[in-house]
Amino acid sequence: MQAFRKLNGLVAPFDRSNVDTDAIIPKQFLKSIKRTGFGPNLFDEWRYLDHGEIGMDCSQRPLNPDFVLNQPRYQGAQILLARDNFGCGSSREHAPWAMLDFGFRVVIAPSFADIFANNCCKNGILPVVLSSTEVARLFAEVDAAPGYCLDVDLEKQQVKTPGGEVFSFAIDDFRKKCLLQGLDEISLTMQHVADIKTFEARRMLDEPWLFSG
Amino acid sequence: MNDKTLYDKLWDRHVVRCDADGTCLLYIDRHLVHEVTSPQAFEGLRLANRRPWRSDANLAVPDHNVPTTDRSAGIADPLSRLQVETLDANCSDFGITEFAMNDIRQGIVHIIGPEQGVTLPGMTIVCGDSHTSTHGALGSLAFGIGTSEVEHVLATQCIIQKKARNMLVSVDGQAGSGVTAKDIMLAIIGKIGTAGGTGYVIEYGGDAIRALSMEGRMTVCNMSIEAGARAGLVAVDDKTIAYVKGRPYAPSGELWMQAAADWQTLRSDAGARYDRVVHLDAASIQPQVTWGTSPEMVTSIDGRVPDPALETDPVKREGMQAALAYMGLAANTPIAEIHPDTIFIGSCTNARIEDLRAAAAVLKGHKLAANIKRALVVPGSGLVKQQAEVEGLDQVFKAAGFEWREPGCSMCLGMNDDRLAPKERCASTSNRNFEGRQGQGGRTHLVSPAMAAAAAITGHFVDVRTLEV
Ligand code: SF4
Repeated sequence: MQAFRKLNGLVAPFDRSNVDTDAIIPKQFLKSIKRTGFGPNLFDEWRYLDHGEIGMDCSQRPLNPDFVLNQPRYQGAQILLARDNFGCGSSREHAPWAMLDFGFRVVIAPSFADIFANNCCKNGILPVVLSSTEVARLFAEVDAAPGYCLDVDLEKQQVKTPGGEVFSFAIDDFRKKCLLQGLDEISLTMQHVADIKTFEARRMLDEPWLFSG
Repeated sequence: MNDKTLYDKLWDRHVVRCDADGTCLLYIDRHLVHEVTSPQAFEGLRLANRRPWRSDANLAVPDHNVPTTDRSAGIADPLSRLQVETLDANCSDFGITEFAMNDIRQGIVHIIGPEQGVTLPGMTIVCGDSHTSTHGALGSLAFGIGTSEVEHVLATQCIIQKKARNMLVSVDGQAGSGVTAKDIMLAIIGKIGTAGGTGYVIEYGGDAIRALSMEGRMTVCNMSIEAGARAGLVAVDDKTIAYVKGRPYAPSGELWMQAAADWQTLRSDAGARYDRVVHLDAASIQPQVTWGTSPEMVTSIDGRVPDPALETDPVKREGMQAALAYMGLAANTPIAEIHPDTIFIGSCTNARIEDLRAAAAVLKGHKLAANIKRALVVPGSGLVKQQAEVEGLDQVFKAAGFEWREPGCSMCLGMNDDRLAPKERCASTSNRNFEGRQGQGGRTHLVSPAMAAAAAITGHFVDVRTLEV
């Protein structure tokens, strides 16, 4: 996994609550058996005027000019500013894969759906939870200032605005460590093989019916 | 003071180790696998030269991409075919049991787990699918995971997780007749919101939940994720144990006696503390219909589409306006004046035998209303289909004008050919009414099977309790 330490990036506002993973990456693209290449289909149904299918050349498709990520001022955005319950619905990891492929490394929202936030952390995308008031402030600032960038520092757990204001955010120590170092969780868990084996052996004695099949 | 909730007990039984910050390694007893969220995980194993920790803890089934029409010629769509063939190949390479497409036991992953006794009380169960919460109806701790975690479970039999908080949703009293598990769950989501359960595991209790069949409890737990919860749980009781007994993968003989005795302890202690408790009065719950593009956008059959102008929160107001525009509905329209084009009875929420019986009871002796363009019944598994045919339910559906299909996810998400066209309006027994969920531009109204059947014969949403059946 790509490590995440800090980033100064352009912010794109996504002013809608309950954005679900079906919207982030529609089902027809889930037929791919790869982990990459989903970026052109991020938010496909909102982003293009035609119906997207896997394998289409997206550079030839008609863009929806009203869709926020199509606006010239947000080209190259690496930080997505969102509303409550971002990433709800399906557990598809294709959603963070598509966001990463598109170029997003940070999503800021007042709340995230549990599985989505988890999936982001496993792919080097930092989900930042700020209060609703702070998020509302950022929406207003982004809107008022083209080229609006934020400084996001995972080590310090801080978001800094161009005006110098600092918002702190919380993150689990474990998630932070993995993101900062880009750690492979399977290798980490493999360091505890002995513990797993001991646990499993005890479980076989306590609940043998789970191992009889 | 040592009283524990059911979730506490299940959690404690599975902790392998914990870090100081509360991040734990949780042992997984059962891993269910389907074709959409697993290929990249198997690929990851291969690239790292890893083998599954315990092949026998896994069960795989293709469900999302399979056609629900005649399967004898295989899958026509090359991408769907490749995904299903990839699952077949991965299962054979890694020694994982698979109910392949033409196996009678094939079906939607969350239907076949309980049906086969692959889901047992007291287990931890994961699957790369958010509706894994379904299995909590049997008193197991079950939740959806992403593909990286699928790979992690395959390789280590564990996942890394922090403990969630405890929520009790108590549905008190008795639900009226004609009010089903689906209505109860939609009412719960309407009350707590789609993020109401975020950070929690929800235990469902109260007399109305205890009174539900196992199938009904599965419907409730299935939609826990629609309330944002990591998992849903119902305590084990005699119904649970009777349901599991004799299923193909359930223990038998001496092991059964031991297991059944152990499972009796899988309920919250009397003095257990919850971080949040929500009460609903079952008697006040009416049949529910969603009007918007999020499951919390729901109201009773006697209600109306709400008016965004009355909403004071600007973000919510815009959300409602966008939903009504997408759904092609005007504010204040009575729910009973909404006319679907299509009826879909299926999905892991409502495609068990009891659901088909409930729909057939309403349909019997009736025909589709003239404005209904198509109506599909997609049983949740091959065995549900077989049972329904034994009971003659297929004949009732066909006589009413429904198409009787092969099992799979089908129009719940339309990865196969079963999809809504733009603006097509559907009364659906599935779990998500998101934009585009059932097909780009498609309009979904979530209802119970009985309510879907009632809409099928009248041509509009109607209180099923007012029909003579
Ligand atoms: S039936 Fe629908 S919700 Fe259930 S597993 Fe299939 S696609 Fe997911």
